Amino acid sequence: MDKIFAIILGNLLINNFILFKFLGLCPFLGVSKQTRSAASMGIAVIFVMVSSGVITWLVYQHLLLPLHIEFMRTVAFILVIATSVQFIEMVILKTSPALYKALGIYLPLITTNCAVLGVTVLNIDDFFSGNKAVPGSFGFSVLQAFFAGVGFLFVLLLMSGIRERLELADIPESLDGTPIAFVIAGLMSLAFMGFLGMKV
Amino acid sequence: MNTIVASTLTLTGLGILFGVSLAYAAKKFSIPMDPTLEKILAKLPGANCGACGKAGCMGFAQALLAGELDVMTCSVAAEQNKKDIAGLLGLTLEQKAKLVSSLHCCGGHHAKERYLYEGLKDCLAVSLVLGGQKECRYGCLTYGTCVRACPFGAIEMTGEGYPRVIESKCTACGICVNVCPKGLYALIPFEQEKAKIYVACTSKDPGKVVMSVCGVGCIACRRCEKACPHGAVTVIDNLARIDYDKCTGCLECAKVCPTKVIKVRGAQPQPSPSL
Repeated sequence: MDKIFAIILGNLLINNFILFKFLGLCPFLGVSKQTRSAASMGIAVIFVMVSSGVITWLVYQHLLLPLHIEFMRTVAFILVIATSVQFIEMVILKTSPALYKALGIYLPLITTNCAVLGVTVLNIDDFFSGNKAVPGSFGFSVLQAFFAGVGFLFVLLLMSGIRERLELADIPESLDGTPIAFVIAGLMSLAFMGFLGMKV
Repeated sequence: MNTIVASTLTLTGLGILFGVSLAYAAKKFSIPMDPTLEKILAKLPGANCGACGKAGCMGFAQALLAGELDVMTCSVAAEQNKKDIAGLLGLTLEQKAKLVSSLHCCGGHHAKERYLYEGLKDCLAVSLVLGGQKECRYGCLTYGTCVRACPFGAIEMTGEGYPRVIESKCTACGICVNVCPKGLYALIPFEQEKAKIYVACTSKDPGKVVMSVCGVGCIACRRCEKACPHGAVTVIDNLARIDYDKCTGCLECAKVCPTKVIKVRGAQPQPSPSL
């Protein structure tokens, strides 16, 4: 129970993928101009993280480990991520063309989102010890993937909220646009470092 | 050795597995495409220039099908193709006057420089430095951003230091109009009978300033205005403007212009040998 709580809180706040691990910074700055598209992006990333989290765990446990080719995990995982993004793209296009349009180019771009690869690799690092899955490893992996995605969505929403208000703010011309977004990203990251004091 | 075989086989296997499942999913989740869309797309130029405001020809075809845009919005496609598309959509084609782009500046090497610019050879870049290196606030910056921007190769640099539009290649897509940081391009009627002349200057400075910064611009002397028997030329804000609806192409204005800034189309300078 403690471990589950630690995973949830850790991925959501303390070891947040964007603001602590600095993974997935491209969509963090690219899709955070409007809350609507930020929310859709976050949800799509949760989808991809969970589905690739499940598949990569299975691939690692049942293919790479028995064959002793653990070093191939990056290549294999990227293959899985690319496939699941493609698959989700098809499903969304079929089931909800409106959502597909709203996500636009960002959907295929999830393939290159390093946070997705990051979470799958971290799953392996965290929940395998001595080349053996720790008890409850699969469940923990899925949980970590899901809450990493939720943490991603959470930070994206925070950022888009701030940036929407920035549009109305009187900003010095030299800082307007991307520069002020970088400054804010830095400040947010500093603020999130404060969670390091939490012991779970 | 075993490791190499194992990793190759595993990844190949995974690749095939994922490939097959994606192919199956593509079939399962396929969306029937409107056959008309493909036919329309085949008739479009495929330049994906974006002049219609859509991301490319595919986007334009979808907009056509949805009735959001008119076939004539595409300035690139050939007349026959547009008629065919209109036929596919069951519409009749409304004729729109054909336009051509023209550069409203002839400063080039005549225009004096304000400072020595050492930097990216690009008009957009130089325009960021105090509005450009030329003394004239309105004139051509001579770095040929328009030449590079034109997807049809219809703009070339001339030996005079400013670019010219090759009218036979121009499709009036309007990219140069938007890309020029000084806004020197404007679309004028394509037929020479309708638009025989154009004012190769955009400067709203008074004549004295124009004479001191380039000497070939419009000095707002109003002789063209007085010479025009049809009232087609008027000088507003120190700049002669031509009303192509009234102009008959009698060339009276061009004859009296002291700086020869009212140019007759087709009599443009030759391309620069170096560019």
